[in-house]
Amino acid sequence: MSALPAAGPEAAPSRPVLMELKNITLRFGGVEAIKDISFDIREGEIRAIIGPNGAGKSSMLNVISGFYHPQEGEVWFRGRRRPAMKPYQVARLGIARTFQNIALFDGMSVLDNVMTGRITHMKRGIFAQGVWKGPAEREEVANREAVERIIDFLEIQRIRKTPVGRLPYGLKKRVELARALAAEPKLLLLDEPMAGMNVEEKEDMSRFILDVNDEFGTTIALIEHDMGVVMDLSDRVVVMDYGRKIGDGTPAEVRANPEVIDAYLGVAHD
Amino acid sequence: MSHSPDAPEGAAPSIPALLRRNASRYGDRPAYREKEYGIWQEWTWRQALGEVEGLALGFLALGLAEGDHVAVIGRNRPALYWSMVAAQMCGAIPVPVYQDSSAEEMAYVLDHCGARFVICGDQEQVDKVLEVQEGLPVAQLLYLDPRGLRKYDHGRMCSLAEAAETAGSQRGKLLLELEAREARLGPDSTCVMLYTSGTTGRPKGVVLSNRNIIETARASSEFDHLRATDDVLAYLPMAWVGDFIFSIGQAMWTGFCVNCPESEDTMLTDLREIGPTYFFAPPRVFESQLTTVMIRMEDASRLKRRMFDRAMILARRVGPRLLDGERVSGMDRLRYRIAQALVLGPLKNTMGLSRIRVGYTAGEAIGPEIFDFYRALGINLKQLYGQTEASVFITQQKDGEVRSDTVGTPTPGVELRMAPSGEVFYRSPGVFQTYYKNPESTASTKDAEGWVATGDAGFIEDGTGHLRIIDRAKDVGKMASGALFAPKYVENKLKFYPNILEAVVFGNGRETCVAFLNIDLTAVGNWAERNNVAYASYQELSQNRQVLDILQGHVEAVNESLAGDEMLSGCQVHRFLVLHKELDADDGELTRTRKVRRRIIEEKYADLIDALYAGRDSVYTETEVTYEDGRKGSIKATLDLRDARVWPVGESRRVAAE
Repeated sequence: MSALPAAGPEAAPSRPVLMELKNITLRFGGVEAIKDISFDIREGEIRAIIGPNGAGKSSMLNVISGFYHPQEGEVWFRGRRRPAMKPYQVARLGIARTFQNIALFDGMSVLDNVMTGRITHMKRGIFAQGVWKGPAEREEVANREAVERIIDFLEIQRIRKTPVGRLPYGLKKRVELARALAAEPKLLLLDEPMAGMNVEEKEDMSRFILDVNDEFGTTIALIEHDMGVVMDLSDRVVVMDYGRKIGDGTPAEVRANPEVIDAYLGVAHD
Repeated sequence: MSHSPDAPEGAAPSIPALLRRNASRYGDRPAYREKEYGIWQEWTWRQALGEVEGLALGFLALGLAEGDHVAVIGRNRPALYWSMVAAQMCGAIPVPVYQDSSAEEMAYVLDHCGARFVICGDQEQVDKVLEVQEGLPVAQLLYLDPRGLRKYDHGRMCSLAEAAETAGSQRGKLLLELEAREARLGPDSTCVMLYTSGTTGRPKGVVLSNRNIIETARASSEFDHLRATDDVLAYLPMAWVGDFIFSIGQAMWTGFCVNCPESEDTMLTDLREIGPTYFFAPPRVFESQLTTVMIRMEDASRLKRRMFDRAMILARRVGPRLLDGERVSGMDRLRYRIAQALVLGPLKNTMGLSRIRVGYTAGEAIGPEIFDFYRALGINLKQLYGQTEASVFITQQKDGEVRSDTVGTPTPGVELRMAPSGEVFYRSPGVFQTYYKNPESTASTKDAEGWVATGDAGFIEDGTGHLRIIDRAKDVGKMASGALFAPKYVENKLKFYPNILEAVVFGNGRETCVAFLNIDLTAVGNWAERNNVAYASYQELSQNRQVLDILQGHVEAVNESLAGDEMLSGCQVHRFLVLHKELDADDGELTRTRKVRRRIIEEKYADLIDALYAGRDSVYTETEVTYEDGRKGSIKATLDLRDARVWPVGESRRVAAE
């Protein structure tokens, strides 16, 4: 697996911080979507962000991915403060993501879609690629190999040449994960990876997420509605409600937090 | 066993010895291929020997003893085949286990053979073994695919790659030990132990010696002129004796290349890419391929469809005769060649069958239409009849003597005998040694002279010497008139119609036969769509008048063909009904391998059988069903009972036509 980031298994608490979010506040006009939230993501962990509808989870993920620029607060990534960036610059930094409502190229094959994830690893210019022979060829072979390893890993060999538009929903989600993995990210962001799936598909997806984390040592931050899945998968959980952070800790700690229970059981706030 | 004058000479008394022979004789020829990362990876015979030796040394270092059983669980992959041969090299006995067996079934097998080493394909299998290992003598767990296993306790577990490295510094010492152990292997040492699938009772461990496997492989390879340049696709369960004979026995004897698909789902794509020259498939594979072709032709343009239809009419007439070496006029030859170029050739190519020299089907009866279709294309598809206890081969069809209703003549070296009851007995160099730890079953199956009971009833056809299998011996009964009652034979004939998914025939001890039918929802649903027949449920479609008319036609056609068969004409179906629900394993009506459980159905639907024999026109019934989540419910229905036309004995157009 030399083509992919490798990290040995380490004890969870002592791992170094990969990303730190300090006092983030995000406003849309007069609406405060995120209010003064701080937390960190450690290397090699699975970090979940949960909360009821409208809690600001997706906004938070968009801040992490650099798509939204918070009005207040700082984002530190790998020990350096991250300035406001364009999405492609963030991708180059080593952050990849999947989307809640799948954003793939429907007319292209699975292989080509996953190949687009390698775009940050393609260094040859358009002329070299046009001539193709030589360095560009070697580069493409290397990229194809990396992609094939991911296809093998996610068990989508069967649909390698199938246009994505013809695939069922659960498989599209898996292809999206494959494309994100192809970028060999340091940090993988998953926006509701199980939304709309049946039990079997959820189980498959959970296993792949765990395997990705286990095999490549990829740090994963995910948003998810299904509490069972979150509790089983994640090492640590951030709970949000109305744009505020109301809980942070291991699944067991979060589950015992009275404020979290209130938010989920819908107890009236003062 | 004394009756094998051509026992393999001293040069190759065992599978590992054959591997060494191949490594020196075929050195750089491909021995194994596996598609991985989208590319076919290849190993030559010399490399394969290196891999096997590496594994064997690793096993020695981990403490594998002579006579140990080594369970191998996983899908067909070269490394798992190598593990089996490596175990043999160490003087241990490989025991391939069905990878889809439940943890419970696996526990039985592991416990029964007392496997000390278990080799798993991936995490799924490792999990199953860990689940049941308590109280089992498993000392070492090995796995091929490390994915997901990183965080497991590796105290008694390692990957095959790591195992091969454990030899390390002691390599020299272990090599001597390996050599010594290998030298002790002879034709009579155990080659493999295979568990029979066990549709009745507990699975039994069939012990096969090197002589069994090598002799059978030799005889059958020579029978079909297999050669080192052949290619096979290894995709059938490794625990099945057929795969062991094809992918290890014959491959080692002949030196041909074993190709492993990328995953179970990609089998058809991989088949097309490899284009095997020697191919085995159970009837359902051929059936589903044919169905796919037919459905795609329905959607093809008018011109293509006409070309296909015309080419097939010609091919059905000419193709089988050409294969059988019969006389065909020059004009027909020319037309067939044109059809090959325009239609048949491309069709074979998309199915991955263009290079096939020898194709076999077995396991169940194959529908004559399906069989003829492939032979019409010019594919040399044949049938064989075999058992685990015989190291597969009992009878097989010679080139030029291929028919859909027989299973051929005895394989060279096999003797056949018919018991008065109709049961088939055989004796051959492939006959198993014993059932492991089960002397009673061994004694009741194999007699002192080496004759083995097949449990199947059949007869040898006058004139041709071909064996025809009728049914399982225990299912064959007598009608009230004394005529032979062979329900499965009739059911198979009915099931050859795509519209009929399942059939159950009753009539043991009765005057006449009656039948239950299940419609095939895909086929009948497709028909309904094309003919604008609206229906809201399976139940409604199954009782549709037009559907019943179609099925009545099928039943009568079967009756007509049965009438032409003197022995079985009494089994014509006089009355039938179409069941309002699909027979289901969850309701206990079928086994997990989808075999009909006759007695249970007979009890459960006693009211329906009575109504059929009472001559009523319709019957109201309520049936309990189990849903997939385990809840129970009931289905109510009023079923139409139908009379089918029967023919007097011996009167059949079909006989005249053939």
